Amino acid sequence: MFNYTFQWRQAFQKLPLLLDGALVTLQIALLSMAMGIALAVLLAVARNSKSRWATGPATVWVEVARNTPALFQIYMAHFGLGSFGIHLSPYVALLAGITFNNAGYLAETFRGALRAIPGTQMRAARSLGMPPVQAFRLVVMPQMFRIAFLPTTNQMVWAILMTSLGVTVGMNTDLAGITQDINVRSFRTFEIFALAAVIYYLIAKAVTLGARLMASRLFRY
Amino acid sequence: MIEIMDVHKSFGPLEVLKGINLTVEKGEVVSVIGGSGSGKSTLLTCINGLEPINSGRILVDGVEVHAKSTDLNKLRRKIGIVFQQFNAFPHLTVLENVTLAPRKVLRMSKAEAEEIAVTQLTHVGLADKLAVYPGRLSGGQQQRMSIARALAMSPAYMLFDEVTSALDPQLVGEVLDTLKLLADDGMTMICVTHEMTFARDVSDRVAFFHKGILAEIAPPDQFFTAPQHPEAQAFLSNVR
Repeated sequence: MFNYTFQWRQAFQKLPLLLDGALVTLQIALLSMAMGIALAVLLAVARNSKSRWATGPATVWVEVARNTPALFQIYMAHFGLGSFGIHLSPYVALLAGITFNNAGYLAETFRGALRAIPGTQMRAARSLGMPPVQAFRLVVMPQMFRIAFLPTTNQMVWAILMTSLGVTVGMNTDLAGITQDINVRSFRTFEIFALAAVIYYLIAKAVTLGARLMASRLFRY
Repeated sequence: MIEIMDVHKSFGPLEVLKGINLTVEKGEVVSVIGGSGSGKSTLLTCINGLEPINSGRILVDGVEVHAKSTDLNKLRRKIGIVFQQFNAFPHLTVLENVTLAPRKVLRMSKAEAEEIAVTQLTHVGLADKLAVYPGRLSGGQQQRMSIARALAMSPAYMLFDEVTSALDPQLVGEVLDTLKLLADDGMTMICVTHEMTFARDVSDRVAFFHKGILAEIAPPDQFFTAPQHPEAQAFLSNVR
């Protein structure tokens, strides 16, 4: 029943290819986080606003992003938009899908963080003559990022792992795509996926550690 | 000059200011006293436009605070306000707290803003705390920093909203001393306070608020020795 012969050497020979893929994975994760954070700040502010025109669309975004499978969100970006004649490459579709997902989750994280900051901070900033946007950017937002830092790190790890869903829309240059490619050609399924999993693990760990290091430099108060 | 003319202000069904009239001359120090909920703190936040008013007018140097055409951000540069709860910016050092608005609002250079900040912080006795984050300061120190932060904008008027109420008793003195220095320098000040000794010693006039009405206003020696309004008499006999 168990007569599989491990051939690790074959897997390790593909390591340079896998590492190339890892770079693409990391790139998509970082880009999707950068854009996701920017969008999430806007969504969080919109959700807290009094205007229905702001809260409505923001709420729909957050609800869909958080309560439907990430896989479907990526599918929609590739095949869904494709139905309307908008053809995104696998790379762009994957990036858009994960960004959409990141923004939705982070918006709620940021909204919670905003609530934790006393309203008097904004009042103090405004009373020094700062216009609303400047007061938010200089006084409220830095405090928000500190409160939301750990959950944001979690989302970053999640974003890295979500990139593997790209294979379903034909993504073949990231770590998952390359792994799958090698797999169908070599049939060293266990070895190649195990090796790729280790690389995912290491990227995730490195990012978490990097984030902690950044936090200790940024948040000294 | 701050002119407050027949100002009414409601929070929902609750009317907290019921037609206030008060003029504060340049260089004058007015202490505002009265029971909690008498509307005295609300008046301060109306003066710098943080709160809208329902009717009446407030003029600061002739500029109507609640007129639509008024640039509030600009007007607030000359009205400093210090709150009961300090409101230090926790993510910035003491020096950064004080230089933030001069740099970002008045567009001063970093060096210029820091020079002013150091002067102000030295004035309030915090010259040795420049690189410290507010979380490491005592309440009294945080409050003095907030005063320096407001003063760094070189305001023409200072509003103090019960600035010693959240402090431990032994820290009250250091903050009041700072206010006294400021009054001696000729700053125009409106101080909402529960410190009767301060009101008596430092202010030119004492305004007594009762249930949204300015019930009595008089020079301190007159007010504290012979209050006219029955509520003022009752209030003074309670706080003594």
